[in-house]
Amino acid sequence: MAQQHVLLIEDEPNIAEAIRFILTRAGWRVSLHGDGSDALALIRDAAPDVLILDLMLPGRSGLEILADLRTDSALAALPVLMLTARGQGRDRDAAERAGASAFLAKPFANADVLDAVRRLAGGQV
Amino acid sequence: MQQGGQPLFLARRSYRRRRMMDAAKMLPVLGAVLVMIPALWLPATTPEPDTAHGMVYLFGVWFFLVLAAFGLSRGLAPALEAEEKPEGAGEEGN
Amino acid sequence: MPFNILVAVCLTYVILLFLVAFVAERRAQRGRLGWLRSPLVYTLSLSIYCTAWTFYGAVGYAARSGLEFMTIYLGPTLVFVGWWWVLRKLVRIGRAQRVTSIADLISSRYGKSNLLGVVVTLMAVAASTPYIALQLQSVTLSFGVFAAETPEGWALPDQGATALWIAGGLALFTILFGTRNLDANERHHGVVMAIALEAVMKLLALLAVGVFVVWGLADGVGDVLARIDASPIADWPLQPARWAGLTFVSAAAIMTLPRMFQVLVVENADERHLATAGWAFPLYLMLMSLFVVPIAVVGLELMPAGTNPDLFVLTLPLAAGKGKLALLAFLGGFSSATSMVIVAAIALSTMVSNHIVTPLWLALRQGSAREPGDVRGLVLMSRRVSIGAVLAMGYGYYHLSGGSAALASIGLIAFVGAAQVLPAMMGGIFWRGATHVGATAGLLTGFAIWLYALFLPSFGTGGLISPHIMADGPFGIGWLRPQALFGITGLDPLLHAMFWSLALNLLAFVVFSLASFPGPMERLQGVAFVNVFDQAPGARGWARGGAEAEDLLSMSQRILGTEEAQRFFQGQAAGQGKAGYLPDTTPDFIARLERQLAGSVGAATAHAMIAQLSGSASVSVQDLIAVAGEAAEIKEYSAQLEAKSEELARTARALSAANEKLTELSVQKDAFLGQISHELRTPMTSIRAFSEILMESDLSEQMRAKYAEIIHEEARRLTRLLDDLLDLSVLENRKVQLNIGVANLHDLISKAVTAASNTRPERNFVVQRDFSTEHMPVFTDTDRLVQVFINLISNSRKYCDAERGVLRIEVKRRGQQLRVDFIDNGSGIPKKAQGLIFEKFARLTDTSRAGGAGLGLAICREIMANLGGDIDYVPGQGGAAFRVTLPLQRKVPPFDRSGAAQADLNDL
Repeated sequence: MAQQHVLLIEDEPNIAEAIRFILTRAGWRVSLHGDGSDALALIRDAAPDVLILDLMLPGRSGLEILADLRTDSALAALPVLMLTARGQGRDRDAAERAGASAFLAKPFANADVLDAVRRLAGGQV
Repeated sequence: MQQGGQPLFLARRSYRRRRMMDAAKMLPVLGAVLVMIPALWLPATTPEPDTAHGMVYLFGVWFFLVLAAFGLSRGLAPALEAEEKPEGAGEEGN
Repeated sequence: MPFNILVAVCLTYVILLFLVAFVAERRAQRGRLGWLRSPLVYTLSLSIYCTAWTFYGAVGYAARSGLEFMTIYLGPTLVFVGWWWVLRKLVRIGRAQRVTSIADLISSRYGKSNLLGVVVTLMAVAASTPYIALQLQSVTLSFGVFAAETPEGWALPDQGATALWIAGGLALFTILFGTRNLDANERHHGVVMAIALEAVMKLLALLAVGVFVVWGLADGVGDVLARIDASPIADWPLQPARWAGLTFVSAAAIMTLPRMFQVLVVENADERHLATAGWAFPLYLMLMSLFVVPIAVVGLELMPAGTNPDLFVLTLPLAAGKGKLALLAFLGGFSSATSMVIVAAIALSTMVSNHIVTPLWLALRQGSAREPGDVRGLVLMSRRVSIGAVLAMGYGYYHLSGGSAALASIGLIAFVGAAQVLPAMMGGIFWRGATHVGATAGLLTGFAIWLYALFLPSFGTGGLISPHIMADGPFGIGWLRPQALFGITGLDPLLHAMFWSLALNLLAFVVFSLASFPGPMERLQGVAFVNVFDQAPGARGWARGGAEAEDLLSMSQRILGTEEAQRFFQGQAAGQGKAGYLPDTTPDFIARLERQLAGSVGAATAHAMIAQLSGSASVSVQDLIAVAGEAAEIKEYSAQLEAKSEELARTARALSAANEKLTELSVQKDAFLGQISHELRTPMTSIRAFSEILMESDLSEQMRAKYAEIIHEEARRLTRLLDDLLDLSVLENRKVQLNIGVANLHDLISKAVTAASNTRPERNFVVQRDFSTEHMPVFTDTDRLVQVFINLISNSRKYCDAERGVLRIEVKRRGQQLRVDFIDNGSGIPKKAQGLIFEKFARLTDTSRAGGAGLGLAICREIMANLGGDIDYVPGQGGAAFRVTLPLQRKVPPFDRSGAAQADLNDL
């Protein structure tokens, strides 16, 4: 099986590094990006199997990016895992309305990230 | 007839001040008349030389005008005081 | 009297004048005005009316024409004793409209028309240049009297050189003390003080010579009076028309000569000074005239025939062997000449730079009011160059005319020239129907006739007008002969020109005014001038326009200077009930700003500059009728209403600003928990993730170390955040313990600059400082102050988006306050965000790269509040600009004052 690809859009370099480590160790190919403004073009080009998207990003918020993704026919089905550090119920609702496939509040257990990504990748298959 | 809501009769002090202002306006007219008098009497054409008299007369008029203006200024200065705040009164405290 | 001593005394006197001007300027700068603006100094400064033409020339005049010379001083006397009528109004208008010169007054009254300003300026230059030449000539001549072996000979080997030295020295003095500040309404204290001293000097000198003549050469008053009647002077013919005409024209000149307008109106510091000048100035003129006839009579009697009576004041004491008295007289004459030239140069240079140079510059750079550029520097420089040019022209004129006799008559000729402004000026302040067209027509007519019938012929036949024209008229048209217009011959040429120029000037002014229709701005200004006494702050000339307060501020800074402009804007904002530096651009505010600018560059230019920014041609007729107009007879009532509604509007503005802020704050408060949660969870996420990684996997030693480092770093970030939050809450509750100490501000800034250099150390970033201004002691919690500085410098290092970041740190002392400005060259903070940056978590970008949680400026604000100071954002500086204000002397409790603090002070 070809290595599956996860694109991670997260502006906190340390958090991004942690997730990259966890997923790489589990056999995923992970690419990182830290800015919201040009994220959409990047997603189109990279065509990842799973997208991990932070909610608060410089340039453009994760919610906006997600809403755009869902209107794009090519990307409408892309599994998206939303991350947020605010951890309020409101954020979870907003993410679900915008079409997030899964949602995790920071701080998270490493195992939860791995599980979520696996589940999303499997669902797609 | 009353104009612009001013009271018909003024208190004694304001009345004095009003007349003082009238006098201040009339003083230059009076001065001009006095200064022009030599033009009527034409000193130096009189048989007796009287240029010295003419000079004494003119300096007399001059001195009178200075005194009158002095008196009026003292009378009118409070009116200015009331009207105008000194410039930069607030700044000088610094 | 050896010539060398004369030169030495003269130089000493000049140095004394520089010194007096310098000291006065210094005192004024320190705000110790005191007697600098007393009515006495004002009165003495008016004495520039008495030039060398008075000091030397009056005696000569009396020797030739008897008592006629008195008309020149009786005219102004009549104007001054009637100060309540005309002068008070002129001065009030001058101050209300911040008039910078007589040209500005006319231009401002007639719809801020620059064309009129140019006309008046050209007339003034034409009439004043020969007059300045006359002053140079008089000083040269008086030098010559001393230099020659015999008092009668005036042959100085290098007369031209003397005049050149004098012109150069005067230019230097005038540039030094006459262009210190731009705002013409700020007084030239140094110049005025020097002139006051010169006024005393010339009065003393003339009185001393007079006393010597009456009681030294003659036998007292009775004897002098007898000698007068016996002398040839007693045969002088009084011509009634000349007597009245000269009185009138000198009365006009005292108000319209550019230099007189300068001291009378522009330099006036307080309207009440007029009350004193009203009697004191006539008294001064009287004393100046008192001994003129005795000196003339005794001079004619004692001096050899053919002696120039113009120099009796010098030659009489010299002939009597009174060298010191002659020297005093010389200084008196010198004073008369120099003070006139100095003030005339200031007045003319203001007119030339405001009405010719600046408008030209603006026209050449059309639409560039927004662009950076130092208008202030340009105007100051053009004033300096103009002063040089005016004096150079005076000298050139003197040089070309070769000190001819033509100069002697130039005094009266200049008076008649200046008087041409009278109809436009009087009409302007007493008659609302006077229009721009009328004023232009009148001025041009009067000026043309003056030139043709008086000025040009004054160079003598064969001078500038050919004898042919003088005798037969141009093209042989007899009724156009310069000295016999309309075929009326036999009149005295001066009287002839005076009559026709003023009569036709007045006629053209009235007829064209009646026939033309004034524009809206003109009508507005007409009301503002004519009704200056019963007016509320004044009519506004602007509809609510599109000008941005920030643009206006940056333009004003270039004209008024940074500090002055900021103070003005801050004051206006406070008046509207707003904090900060940007008031609402209400028509009222713009009108006030325009007047403020007019004080520097003149009404027409100020108006044009603001019009460029607001992009509108100010008022329309409809606006005008709505604003004031002739129908506003319900003024009393509406004024009250206006006051109330203005009060209401101010409250409403304050309320809506508060409300806006509350809404913003409540949104923020709501977001506050979310924010705190976010700020805490972010580092915790990394900590948790990496601890799990460290716990469960076999990592290389290197990786382990790297991840442990991350955990450590994030833990510290967490701590910092908690510290900040605690700090803020302590500061907000004003429970903070301050460690007040004394330190050198320079050291504190250096410390902060060093500490902040850790922030983005890779950056190309320069800090510009002026060490000389930084050295001063501050009494405060120095650690806290440094904390604020560090924060500001780091912010600039982080956010300044210029390729090559430059941060300017400026320290200024303002009264009892210390100001430290931090101005960088980035794009600044958007106007919308300026009100929010000092709020908690108000990070403008979401970049965590910024490293902080957005609490820095909030903490800074709280610290400054605790230290009794303030921190503000200053808009319009071309980058982000923060101003830290700190009281110089903290109001420390008594126990802090003793002991330690005192000892620290002594150590400094």
